[in-house]
Amino acid sequence: MIMLKVENLTKRYKLGQIAETTLRDSFQRLGAKMRKQKDPTRPIGQDFIHGEIFTALENVSFSVEKGERVGIIGHNGAGKSTLLKLISRVTAPTEGKIALNGRVASMLEVGTGFHLELTGRENIYMNGAILGMRKKEIDDKIEDIIEFSECRQFIDTPVKRYSSGMYVKLAFAVAAHLNSEIIIMDEVLAVGDMAFQKKCLDMMNAVSRNDGRTILYVSHNMGTIRRLCNRVIVLEKGHIIFDGDVETGIERYMGSTRMLELVNVYDDPHRHSGDGEIRINRTKILNKTDYPIFYSGENISLGIDFSAKESFDQLAFRWVIYSTADVSVGMATTETDIQANPGDNYLQMDMNIDQLAPGKYVVYLTGYSVNEYGYNKVHDTVSDAFVFEKVLTTDENNRMDWKHNEWGYSMFPMIQHK
Amino acid sequence: MTDKFKTEITANHRLLDLHIRETFQYRDLVWLFVKRDFTAQYKQTILGPLWAVFQPLFSTIVFVIVFGNLANLTTADVPGDFQIPSFLFYMTGNVCWSYFSTTFNSATRVFVDNRSTMGKVYYPRLASPVSIAFAKLIAFGIQFALFMLIWLFYVIKGGTSIQITGWLFMLPLVVLQLMVLSIGLGITVSALTTRYRDLLMVITFILELWRYLCPIAYGLQLVPEKYYWLYFLNPVTPIITTFRYAVFGFGYFNLGYYLIGWLITIIVLFTGLICFSKTERNFMDII
Repeated sequence: MIMLKVENLTKRYKLGQIAETTLRDSFQRLGAKMRKQKDPTRPIGQDFIHGEIFTALENVSFSVEKGERVGIIGHNGAGKSTLLKLISRVTAPTEGKIALNGRVASMLEVGTGFHLELTGRENIYMNGAILGMRKKEIDDKIEDIIEFSECRQFIDTPVKRYSSGMYVKLAFAVAAHLNSEIIIMDEVLAVGDMAFQKKCLDMMNAVSRNDGRTILYVSHNMGTIRRLCNRVIVLEKGHIIFDGDVETGIERYMGSTRMLELVNVYDDPHRHSGDGEIRINRTKILNKTDYPIFYSGENISLGIDFSAKESFDQLAFRWVIYSTADVSVGMATTETDIQANPGDNYLQMDMNIDQLAPGKYVVYLTGYSVNEYGYNKVHDTVSDAFVFEKVLTTDENNRMDWKHNEWGYSMFPMIQHK
Repeated sequence: MTDKFKTEITANHRLLDLHIRETFQYRDLVWLFVKRDFTAQYKQTILGPLWAVFQPLFSTIVFVIVFGNLANLTTADVPGDFQIPSFLFYMTGNVCWSYFSTTFNSATRVFVDNRSTMGKVYYPRLASPVSIAFAKLIAFGIQFALFMLIWLFYVIKGGTSIQITGWLFMLPLVVLQLMVLSIGLGITVSALTTRYRDLLMVITFILELWRYLCPIAYGLQLVPEKYYWLYFLNPVTPIITTFRYAVFGFGYFNLGYYLIGWLITIIVLFTGLICFSKTERNFMDII
């Protein structure tokens, strides 16, 4: 049964400062319009003409079957939140239609609809009522909810005294237990502790499999998407660019950011973490002239430009290799004997990737040192430092396509038989 | 495979799509909102709901001193030699007015005050203003009970012109009209306040002025009879005079003006419902 059907959905927002309009401004605008003058209320230096529009979603269509767990991914501004807002009826579409077959429980933010002065118990009733449940229905569920929320001790305390963790737990417990056929979640799981996150994901999986409830889940955390969802929709600039299985979707989403480049420069401070004693400025793949695509038996030869604040004589670099689906594949490091002078330094390294399965990979590059107690001190880590692809020569591996889901990311040498 | 869906959200808004039935289905939510507003308002206060009594009581005392003793305005609705304790007279007007002004005022802020909830989750938006009307009814009830105590005291003591008549049964109807009117006006203005926040400031002044356009600080006798047709266009006026008629057993009642009052009330309500349901669809984008 189709639970949710979205047809040609479009949402446009008017740009400009419509929110801060006052009555006086309206009259001024009207007066200026009649005298054919410029709008006096428009901020100086701003070129928005009133009525200029921003399209957050354009012509989006899809439908979701009962029991599906759909992950919605995309970069900031891709339209994910707008889509969820439209489905949860917070705001109305500009064009198109959404048809729903059941009640929607939306958790667009932690503790939606919670009132601070009310106790946890009162808020459970409140939240249930917002979802359209009658008091009797909630009475039947309240024990399960309290149990799941792990907040029994505080259930009759006003929620304003709750910690943020307890807040999420309660909010989640309510949404998961109420009789809504469709559950919408916008990264709420990010706040709880790891144990609770796991509990939530297991719970969502269970309600979806056993009760056939439909889940729409937006997250930037591919790990949770992978664990919860069985279908992924990738949005980009208000359009659906992919709709299908999880791994391909995640790859599509990740891949759209990561380009195969030989030279990578790391100016953006957000890409760096560590104590900043050294800073990796640039990398260049030396043994390729067009694209960083490596065939079996080829090494990656990398040149690194980095600057150091003081002199080092026990520096090391490590590579952490991720798949494009954001799974950590493995690590390799240099010895801790690299020397560096204050100021700019250059280093060349060779990496053997014979044991890597074919596919596209992302490298996180870290410069670190180890002191005499074995304590590992990270000076600089560049996330997404560079991307490369490994390709097999045709006769290798019996000409089979590599199945990452089943076989993982390590490829060992051919087995020798006697 | 069925193509029938329980809910459809479309871009086109039908003018008369007022969500009234849906709001009724959510009556438990309305009730919880009432409870929430009530508990939240008086939580961590010592006197609690008793505070509700002070405001109209205070106004009444001021009115007795200023308009009764100093200005010496008439407290008669109809000509004749009637004895009504001035305290009771002013209290009738103030209790009604207090309900009207507080409900109206809260209802105009309904989108602004609830935007954090409304921005995250759907429920029939109408549940919020409806719950306000009921929440304020609690305070009204307390004030009315106090009024009835004082009224009873005067009835037993005697020496006044108060008569207990069948008109007392008009009271529920009067209260209903008061509710419908305050909420209707409130939601009409609330639709405008999402765009023009100024209105929230203006309303305080309008209410202050409006209060003196109603026979609260004076009896109807102060108004020349030839202007009644104009004076009774104020829908609060027939509510107050009828209220007084009901509790005192005499006063001014003109069926024509009374029905016009109801007509205006109903028109206001539907204007409000239409504005409200039009605004609720997109107000999150503006607010």
